[in-house]
Amino acid sequence: MRLTLAAAALLLASASLSTALAQTADVREPGLLPYMVKDYAIEKSLTGKPGDAANGRALAITSGQGNCVICHKMPIPEVAFRIGNVGPDLTEVGGRLTPGEIRMRIVNPKLLNEETIMPAYYRVNGLNRVATRFANKPMLTPEQVEDLVAYLSSLK
Amino acid sequence: MPHSRILPAAAALMLMSGLAACDNKQTAGSNENEVLAQYRANPKFADRIVGDKFSGYVFASPETQTMQDDDFENPGMLAVQDGETEWSTVAGSAGKSCASCHGDAAKSMKGVAVTYPKFEPKRGKLANIEHRINLCRTEQMKAPELKWESKPLLGLTAYVEYQSRGLPISVKVDGAAQPFFEEGKKFYYTRRGQMDIACNQCHEANAGMSIGVENLSQGQSNGYPTYRLKWQSFGSLHRRFEGCNEEVRAQPFPRGSDEYTNLELFVAWRGNGLKSEAPSVRR
Ligand code: HEC
Ligand code: HEC
Repeated sequence: MRLTLAAAALLLASASLSTALAQTADVREPGLLPYMVKDYAIEKSLTGKPGDAANGRALAITSGQGNCVICHKMPIPEVAFRIGNVGPDLTEVGGRLTPGEIRMRIVNPKLLNEETIMPAYYRVNGLNRVATRFANKPMLTPEQVEDLVAYLSSLK
Repeated sequence: MPHSRILPAAAALMLMSGLAACDNKQTAGSNENEVLAQYRANPKFADRIVGDKFSGYVFASPETQTMQDDDFENPGMLAVQDGETEWSTVAGSAGKSCASCHGDAAKSMKGVAVTYPKFEPKRGKLANIEHRINLCRTEQMKAPELKWESKPLLGLTAYVEYQSRGLPISVKVDGAAQPFFEEGKKFYYTRRGQMDIACNQCHEANAGMSIGVENLSQGQSNGYPTYRLKWQSFGSLHRRFEGCNEEVRAQPFPRGSDEYTNLELFVAWRGNGLKSEAPSVRR
């Protein structure tokens, strides 16, 4: 299935349809690299290259970047005091999700649960009243997404 | 529950993938997670919890609570003192002060602030306490409006709010206020910002959970205006709204705007019954 942008936006408006989108879709957003979703996973690296796990670990604890630890437990003792619990524990996430599944959950977790509080880290469409300095920018670059995929996949 | 609209396959996937393992999430069939249940069991908070409503006080650290409780330590009391002076200071061409019309605030203002925001015919929309004070200035005193977040306006707001300390929040949302209430409600449930998060996702679904070092409260307004340690100053509820919008990288609205005033009514209504704590101290 090949979707135009308008069709993709329409699909995102409805949970069951967005689930269909997650089953197979070719997603293209302005200024972003295209990617393919199949079975709730994005198999291919966004950049075509593997990420750097050590850099991913650093991103996960850096505010203004990934800062994933505000919601997720991860095995990073130096930030234990500021680890939140709004999201599931990711200490062993690499054991239960494939890299492709992890990638989709970082790129756009709303494809799986439309109502999740987790931000989509590689998305610019369909957002409301974004502060001007962040307008039309994804939360993370494709390289950063790949670094996080590499780090999370190493957590077993 | 946030997961109700997911297809069964996706839901099963999520459960397998560890959502169920998150054991301090809300328990099935109840809205109250373990953290909230613990607060409820603590007799210290008996006065701060009404039904399913929890004042921000219970989520504060013991040091912050002590600072709020002791009027000599509570920096918000300085704003109340500023307001007390301002109350009887003549301003404007009519040669009046607030006291000229309202006399002793301890009598005339008791129970007033807990009913705001309310529909104000002169504005044709809602007025909160700050708007009401400025209306008195322009209409009765023939004095210029005080600037939002200025020392005299914060002081007067704190002073008027202080006269209702301990009384239950009791805003009305029917009649002429209703359409504005509906707007506020819509705002509350609308996702915004680069992070795409709505008020309810932090303050309803996740109250009691921690987001980084922050202990998420229900985002109640019964302590406002407040002395906020992070600001190192006294500030308005709309300043707090602005902060919460910026938190999710959304473009905030101006303090005093219709958007935030409608939101203020919805937020106050969520807390109807909670006792007013202004001036409170928050992290
Ligand atoms: C504001 C909270 C929040 C932030 C920030 C956040 N997440 Fe999440 N995350 C969640 C929640 C809640 C879930 C559970 C899934 C759902 O709600 O649908 C989740 C689920 C996940 C999952 C799936 C876990 C599983 O076991 O199925 C992964 C992987 C994940 N997040 C990675 C990340 C990464 C990487 C970052 C940072 C770049 C991040 N998250 C930032 C809240 C958050
Ligand atoms: C990403 C999470 C998040 C979102 C979204 C959010 N807030 Fe907050 N809010 C916080 C945090 C953290 C605090 C400080 C700790 C606390 O009291 O919860 C806070 C505090 C507050 C307070 C002060 C409570 C007190 O007792 O001092 C109010 C009122 C409030 N929020 C209202 C709102 C409103 C209205 C919205 C939507 C416009 C909103 N919040 C959106 C995280 C959030």
